Amino acid sequence: MINAVGREIPEEILKATGKEAFKGAYAYDNYEYTKAAPTVRAVSDPNRSKMVENIHEALVKCGIKDGMTLSFHHHFREGDYVVNMVMEEVHNMGIKNITICASSLGKANDPIVPYIEDGTIVGIQSSGVRGKIGEAISTGKLRDLAIMRSHGGRVRAIESGEVHIDIAFIGAPTCDEYGNLRANGGKSDCGVLSYAAVDAEYADKVVAITDCLVPFPNIPASISMVHVDYVCVVDEIGNPAKIATGAAKPTTDVRKIMMADYCTQFVINTPYFKDGFSYQTGVGGASIASTISLGKIMEERGIHMGLGLGGITTPMCSLLEKGLINKLVDTQDFDLGAIESIKKNPNHIEITASEYANPFNKGAYVNKLDFVILASLEVDVNFNCNVVVGSDGMITGAQGGHPDTAAGAKCTIVIAPLLQGRIPAICTNVTTVTTPGETVDVVITDYGIAINPRRQDLIECMKDVDLPFCTIEELRDKAYAMVGTPDAVKFDDRIVGIIDARDGTIIDVVRQIKDFEFDD
Amino acid sequence: MEIINIALAGTLESSDAQVTVEPGENGIELTIESSVIHQYGNQIRKVVLETLERLDVQNGRVTIIDKGALDCTLKARVECAVYRSNGITENLPWGGVIK
Repeated sequence: MINAVGREIPEEILKATGKEAFKGAYAYDNYEYTKAAPTVRAVSDPNRSKMVENIHEALVKCGIKDGMTLSFHHHFREGDYVVNMVMEEVHNMGIKNITICASSLGKANDPIVPYIEDGTIVGIQSSGVRGKIGEAISTGKLRDLAIMRSHGGRVRAIESGEVHIDIAFIGAPTCDEYGNLRANGGKSDCGVLSYAAVDAEYADKVVAITDCLVPFPNIPASISMVHVDYVCVVDEIGNPAKIATGAAKPTTDVRKIMMADYCTQFVINTPYFKDGFSYQTGVGGASIASTISLGKIMEERGIHMGLGLGGITTPMCSLLEKGLINKLVDTQDFDLGAIESIKKNPNHIEITASEYANPFNKGAYVNKLDFVILASLEVDVNFNCNVVVGSDGMITGAQGGHPDTAAGAKCTIVIAPLLQGRIPAICTNVTTVTTPGETVDVVITDYGIAINPRRQDLIECMKDVDLPFCTIEELRDKAYAMVGTPDAVKFDDRIVGIIDARDGTIIDVVRQIKDFEFDD
Repeated sequence: MEIINIALAGTLESSDAQVTVEPGENGIELTIESSVIHQYGNQIRKVVLETLERLDVQNGRVTIIDKGALDCTLKARVECAVYRSNGITENLPWGGVIK
């Protein structure tokens, strides 16, 4: 059937997954459901230790068997060792048919690809995948459908019982012998453990993996001992140099600086830019540049940000330190400055992924956003965005909080250079829809700015603003005039993955990639 | 024109294409590799064949390694490679067969 963003979702996929086709970004408001619950084994004997010698013993004690679902978080980003070390041991034990439910997977996890090929791993559920795992899925090597979920959508899926985690492995920079987990104070600090909170609460078994055992009690804990079954100490949980790098230098790319200036001018001319406003931005060069230029105007006009949300970078922490942000609310730290900030600034606060973005709790932080500044691989003339599948059809990105923040914010701004090499970012149809156009308000490119016609209020308030406004179709036409109209990528019939909307309906499917053949 | 010697034009930089021409006797034997093959493979082939036709090249092996070059770049690289294969690097027919 054709869903609300015009995508064909085949009946057999709806039948096989028990899911429904996407009906609109807010179709499940007021939805009532009963939460799932884990099976818990009590620890009441004070003499019982939670310590295990190694991953192997943890797996044995957790009753690892074929067909289980194992979960991981991605706070160690491209420095993660935990997924690989656990899956290597699972593989060595001869276990098969495992589904991985991760908050995200990156190139650091390329080493698990052979386990996809040999049937150790048959399912992957993640915010997204990059590198060789993406290639493996796109070329049809994974047995089951890959499921891509937003950060909020993943919490919903776990809490509602759509996915049940048998064993959660939670890498923790510091941990005590009873399983109190903190994200700081160790060798591999990652700032927060927000994505792992739901795993701790909903998995049957929870294993903490650390490379820095500290005296009891390790508090205040991001994840409490009451959820943790076993504690395993290993040499290294990650590569600190890749977990967090120094703050990215402000971009010197004039094209990005220009787009950042457009963005700031747009923001300050909306009615939402007033004392106490709330804001989230990403880690791209243009996003960071727009945070810096917005900061200057906030300082000049004495306007404070009430809430800064999201994945946090150093420029947001600098605004907090200058007293220009009241509360910085954090689910992920992208650089060392952000990690240092949460260690020392009492107004920089860790929240869980559920508090951040879960559409099925009683109200998440994203719902309180005035602005979110996002990037996108592709945006189509209906303002639908694609952040997961490359224009060549290969899975190569992650939903992250993109659909969550877009749905929540009063003003969702996407910054994208019109062209990436020959590939137009603004197109007739995105390769895959990951964020519905009804939740995207403005697209800023280096060749002009398009406001979604659904937002007549924003069009009205920009009437006298000196910015290069045009329609989204004009942006596409400008792009196609320069690079030529791209052919649609030809896919195989087989569906290899589904893109979950936040509410668990199917917003799009991903098909197996096909070798290119010339026409005729 | 004929392709007399092996000649090369262009680079492997992003948004460029590297074009190699070699003598041959079995018509145009064209090989295309491109970072944007799925979206622009047909368009690249069309532009290269049209350019060779305009230069009246009927035989030769032509290899394109494309890194997302625009049509104008592709045309220029093909023209340059063909003229180099003839040892012609000066007094090019601008506005004539070179457009």
